[in-house]
Amino acid sequence: MLGESVFPALEALLPFVTKPIQYVGGELNSTVKAWDECDVRWALMYPDAYEVGLPNQGSMILYEVINEQEGMLAERTYAVWPDLEKLMREHKVPQFTVDAHRAVGDFDFLGVSFSTELGYTNLLTALDLAGVALHCADRGIDDPIVVAGGHAAFNPEPIARFVDAAVLGDGEEAVLLMSSILRTWKSQGRPGGREELLLRFAETGSVYIPAFYDVEYHDDGRIRRVSANQPRAPWRISKHTVMDLDQWPYPKKPLVPLAETVHERMSVEIFRGCTRGCRFCQAGMITRPVRERSITGIGEMVKAGLDATGYEEVGLLSLSSADHSEIAEVAKDLADRYEGTQTGLSLPSTRVDAFNVDLANELTRNGRRSGLTFAPEGGSERIRKVINKMVTEEDLIRTVTTAYANGWRQVKLYFMCGLPTETDEDVLQIAEVAKRVIEAGRQASGMKDIRCTVSIGGFVPKPHTPFQWAAQLDHEATDARLAKLRDAIRADRRYGKSIGFRYHDGKPGIIEGLLSRGDRRVGDVIETVWKAGARFDGWSEHFSYDAWAQAAADAFESEPIDLNWYTIRERGEDEVLPWDHLDSGLDKEWLWQDWQESISGAEVEDCRWTPCYDCGVCDQMGTSIQIGPTGQRLIPISVVDSSAVLAGS
Amino acid sequence: MARKPEGPPPPPVVQKVRIHYTKRGRLRFSSHRDFQRSFERALRRGNVPIAFSAGFSPHPKVSYANAAPTGVASQAEYLEVGLAKRCDVIALAKVLDESLPVGFDVVEIVEAGPGALADVLEASAWLIEFPTDDQASVVAGFEAFLAAEEVPVQRMTKNGIRHFDARQAVVTLGLVGAGSSDWEAGQRAVGSILDGCAILKAVVRHTTPAVRPDDVLYGLREISGLTPSSPPRVTRLAQGPLDPQTAVISDPLDRDRKVITSTS
Repeated sequence: MLGESVFPALEALLPFVTKPIQYVGGELNSTVKAWDECDVRWALMYPDAYEVGLPNQGSMILYEVINEQEGMLAERTYAVWPDLEKLMREHKVPQFTVDAHRAVGDFDFLGVSFSTELGYTNLLTALDLAGVALHCADRGIDDPIVVAGGHAAFNPEPIARFVDAAVLGDGEEAVLLMSSILRTWKSQGRPGGREELLLRFAETGSVYIPAFYDVEYHDDGRIRRVSANQPRAPWRISKHTVMDLDQWPYPKKPLVPLAETVHERMSVEIFRGCTRGCRFCQAGMITRPVRERSITGIGEMVKAGLDATGYEEVGLLSLSSADHSEIAEVAKDLADRYEGTQTGLSLPSTRVDAFNVDLANELTRNGRRSGLTFAPEGGSERIRKVINKMVTEEDLIRTVTTAYANGWRQVKLYFMCGLPTETDEDVLQIAEVAKRVIEAGRQASGMKDIRCTVSIGGFVPKPHTPFQWAAQLDHEATDARLAKLRDAIRADRRYGKSIGFRYHDGKPGIIEGLLSRGDRRVGDVIETVWKAGARFDGWSEHFSYDAWAQAAADAFESEPIDLNWYTIRERGEDEVLPWDHLDSGLDKEWLWQDWQESISGAEVEDCRWTPCYDCGVCDQMGTSIQIGPTGQRLIPISVVDSSAVLAGS
Repeated sequence: MARKPEGPPPPPVVQKVRIHYTKRGRLRFSSHRDFQRSFERALRRGNVPIAFSAGFSPHPKVSYANAAPTGVASQAEYLEVGLAKRCDVIALAKVLDESLPVGFDVVEIVEAGPGALADVLEASAWLIEFPTDDQASVVAGFEAFLAAEEVPVQRMTKNGIRHFDARQAVVTLGLVGAGSSDWEAGQRAVGSILDGCAILKAVVRHTTPAVRPDDVLYGLREISGLTPSSPPRVTRLAQGPLDPQTAVISDPLDRDRKVITSTS
């Protein structure tokens, strides 16, 4: 029977697996609706382990938006670890949702949120366990429509053969649009079968159906053209943009897991989008324009969320939270409201130049004072101009001096390696910066016992950014540069012990690069490596570079292309990029111009505070910047006086 | 220059209460740490005036005792909390029970009497659903276990393999009949008792190192070759003071109740 619980079969397997609690559901604020009372049913997957997937804001928002609708239900499913996968295969237990433990294959939609491309193999495992054909061409009318979303969906070409549809941009309105199209089609008796349904999605112009597009190639392997093979499919597909965040206060009741997860806090998205214009940053490019939630909207969400969850920390999320036009007021008023309640506030991403000590003090007034984290991204002044991260070394030193002088003892700095035009000197400059930070900190605090941790990862060029044409640095060169940096940090004994150094080797970045800028031919690599056992590629203990390199060699054997062609090759101006028919709003000419300017080190300002420089998004999408200040403040709320209810005699 | 936490010290504990709760249904797969997080969040959601420790990282004043292992259901878990304001225990039980996920259910809250909670939790009764198609061999197995002077077992711990005796801690081990009160208590904890199982009850003293149901099962296998076809499901039925003569475990909160009645 469709929608029936598979829990009894699953339960028998749970004593044999690690952390069984992650598979049983029952989270606070989770929802189970009656199967028969709904005609639109979504299984929402985050293709990573439960501990990573559960706190994902995007999935949580869609889960609530859908479940609020009459006659619609959404349940969640996550990647199962290999120990359970093996048992599920042996005992024929299908991929299940954690809410009502229904088989994923029973749902109308399987919506998969890809924050990173390294989740692709986990999608294949889930489809296979669900008994759904891997290729969309082989699916029937009763199979779920497999929809990809999330940032990676801005280039879904590598997974084009596996997904029926992809949605670019904000999902809140898109899931409702797709739900209503499905509902109509069902109520009409499913005319024209699966193909007609997909056509109805396609002709909205805002749901990408890969099967309705053909890709032709030049003899040298580059794309010749991408064209629709269906008159009802438009030539370009647009991203979705939700305007007025105050109208979308989700999640209203964040899920509270029993199991431990990567973020033990509730989060409120204080704005969406970023126009700082960092050229490496895909998120900042594809989520434009900036749309702020108002201070009062934030206050209401924090209150509702804390009441509903009991969390003791609130994360004020965005791509650069200190840039909110009223961040000082938000932090102060929230700290006032929650004085004496052991409720901490955190800004997960703070720019060096937007930090100030008053803000930091407000954030830690009621909670714990942990370390401070900044991301200068580039070591030298020169490379920071290339990437348009307009932060000077003086800014950084001034900021950390203030922090150390005010009692912080630990500063974490994030950098990237392998940026366009980068040389050894640019990276070695990171060691000098770290030493200056320690020196400034010792002077400011008057003690030797302070620390600075340098975290560095390899740069991966991403679609829809000015660096989409750039050559990625090969993993040997990345590793060599990082080794030189490590030696430079350790060489100076006066500072060596005060500076921590964390880095990732270059190999996973190359595979991420292949998947990020790949085209449809990469689908073969994904399928080959998955069949060879690849799972959980975002986890170093599961990731195998050799398996991927071998799969690429096998898949491209008779093609004029290879792994290097996709990664360390610079693209030319007229090359058709695999995602050119997917519209993020950014003008390709503007991106190219910004790419050229980056090479010459020319900077571009933030359009929130300076005139528009025509990146194309607002014109193309009919959107506009939405920022404060609103001038409003949060009035104190009396935390419900428990003594009335609980008073002892 | 030693740093000091800012502000006044946290308010002191004015009342200690002991909570009897369950871990049942699907939530038996939770670990003790899972329960801890869940419980502390429930305290916050319910606006319970919990007391905090002083220092840079204030912790809520909660003492946990003898948590049932991950995967094992329990009708009889206990903990003690310190409150910064006096609360009515009946109202508190209602608020907490509503704030906790279903499966972690508050059975009763009483004001703590003198003595440590851990001291009255002398022994546990465990219900074991042992999959078998040969009831007689199970009976022979536990009889051999009980007849033994010593049953050496081993367990993997963080510090390597640990060897100890599982026999001394076991007070009784025997079959439970369908429909008995123990059977019904087990049924309430896990939904329904599995078919094709011998239902055993073990009364085990709390010792150091602790002898857990797993260790008893390991011992059964060692001494009589008794191996279940799949891992038995286990439920803690009770824990509290033990009468060594009758092997009866009494309610550990009885003493706290007596204190209250005698002083009021």
